Amino acid sequence: MSETRLPTWTEVTPGGIVREPGSTLRLDKNGWRVEKPVIDPEKCVRCRLCWIYCPDTAILEVEEPYTNSKGRTYKLTYKVDYDRCKGCGICAEECPVDAIEMVPEEVA
Amino acid sequence: MVESLEAARAQVPGVARKALSGNKAVAMAVRDLDVDVVAAYPITPQTTMVEAISELIAKGELDAEIIHVESEHSAISAAAGATAVGARSFTATSSQGLALMHEVLHIVSGLRIPTVMAVAMRALSAPISIWNDHSDVMNARDTGWVIYFTSSAQEAYDTLVMAYRIAEDPEVRLPVMVAYDGYVTSHTTEPVVVEGRERVLSFAPKRVTWDKLDPDNPITVGTLASPEYYYEIKYQQHRAMFNALEAARRVEEEFARVFNRRYGLVQTYRAEDAEVALLVTASYWDNARVAVDRTREEGVKAGLVKLRLYRPLPVEELARALGSTGVVGVVDRAISWGLPNAGPLYNEVSTALRDRVGARFQSIVAGIGQRTMLVEDFVKLFKLLYERMRGDRYSGETLFYGVRGA
Repeated sequence: MSETRLPTWTEVTPGGIVREPGSTLRLDKNGWRVEKPVIDPEKCVRCRLCWIYCPDTAILEVEEPYTNSKGRTYKLTYKVDYDRCKGCGICAEECPVDAIEMVPEEVA
Repeated sequence: MVESLEAARAQVPGVARKALSGNKAVAMAVRDLDVDVVAAYPITPQTTMVEAISELIAKGELDAEIIHVESEHSAISAAAGATAVGARSFTATSSQGLALMHEVLHIVSGLRIPTVMAVAMRALSAPISIWNDHSDVMNARDTGWVIYFTSSAQEAYDTLVMAYRIAEDPEVRLPVMVAYDGYVTSHTTEPVVVEGRERVLSFAPKRVTWDKLDPDNPITVGTLASPEYYYEIKYQQHRAMFNALEAARRVEEEFARVFNRRYGLVQTYRAEDAEVALLVTASYWDNARVAVDRTREEGVKAGLVKLRLYRPLPVEELARALGSTGVVGVVDRAISWGLPNAGPLYNEVSTALRDRVGARFQSIVAGIGQRTMLVEDFVKLFKLLYERMRGDRYSGETLFYGVRGA
């Protein structure tokens, strides 16, 4: 990656208006987290609530089949995009089957 | 004012001249500017203006949305939001209403939203005063708004027309406040040339020159700015004020050409050879001019300077106007609490001109809570300044004119 030069006063937009939609997708949020969500594909019932609630579109719905220990096969697997996840824990709070655990970063 | 009466007599054929109060004149300007959204909350002495705008909408003379908000905080927020989506918006207030808008005033200028507001100036509480002084606008002087003080109904109308041109200039993009004295101007009926929509819109056409909120071209307005960005954004805002000064000069010239009424950012009356001058704002321009003539009849070379554009401060024009004067009394109608020189305008003007003109400056506070200032009061002020100059007895403190016991 090239070194980024911060804009001068003539280069910033008036009022700090952001003219590029979705520009924060480029922001690496890895350093923001104290804890990171870890999804247990075994417990997960694929209800999609974490995907809905995530404020940063950091829950990924991956087309990757998974068969659990009871022999049930899901077509999807839910994963976390850690470049976008800021570690807010909303997904873990909302998960109805406690399939998401918040794991301290330094331990993980 | 005399100039406007003369201009009114030489009126352009087909241009109506009406008997209007300052508030009603502003309402007519809002009509002629084809404002899209008006959001306001009633407060004395602004109320009759918004009533007049409501009537114009009801009669079908103005096709605008009027938003009846629950407070001034909401009024300015709604006006800002309307401009952010590309509308031409307007609000108006006085006194506590302007104070309640305070935090949003910073946001509007910080977001570079070019809306316009009229202020019928009124003293701040407590104690409650519904009467006029400038403490409300002085309280808003560092909110990043372009601020005009106007002296008559005609000047309020004309300045509102200029205000949108300056605000919407792509190099400026700043909100503009057009202030005038509560009651003295807001409720006094004067002859006003109402130019009509066609002429006004050809002078101030509606063009969206700013980044607007549009679902087809999404942008984000009102983001967080981290320490790496905030300073540059605010410095750019400061520089935009000087673009506003250039724009104000250009717009004044163009306005004079098109409408045959000339003001200037700073106005003078017999100031060229004046030994003593007063620097005044807003409606004091009228009585003080008569006082200049009377004082001169008594042998003292008096002169008058009026500051019309207050922010950005037109330092060049002020220096030219006051360049040859011996002593200048700066008349403030607000108190900056706890300063030996308690006039905010005094402090700014004397600092800005310190190294540019030879004049001595004297801080004068008058007219607080609409304590009356008649012609003879200004004559007294001129004579007092003259005596101080002759005796070289200058006071380092504010002269609180007319306060009992001081």
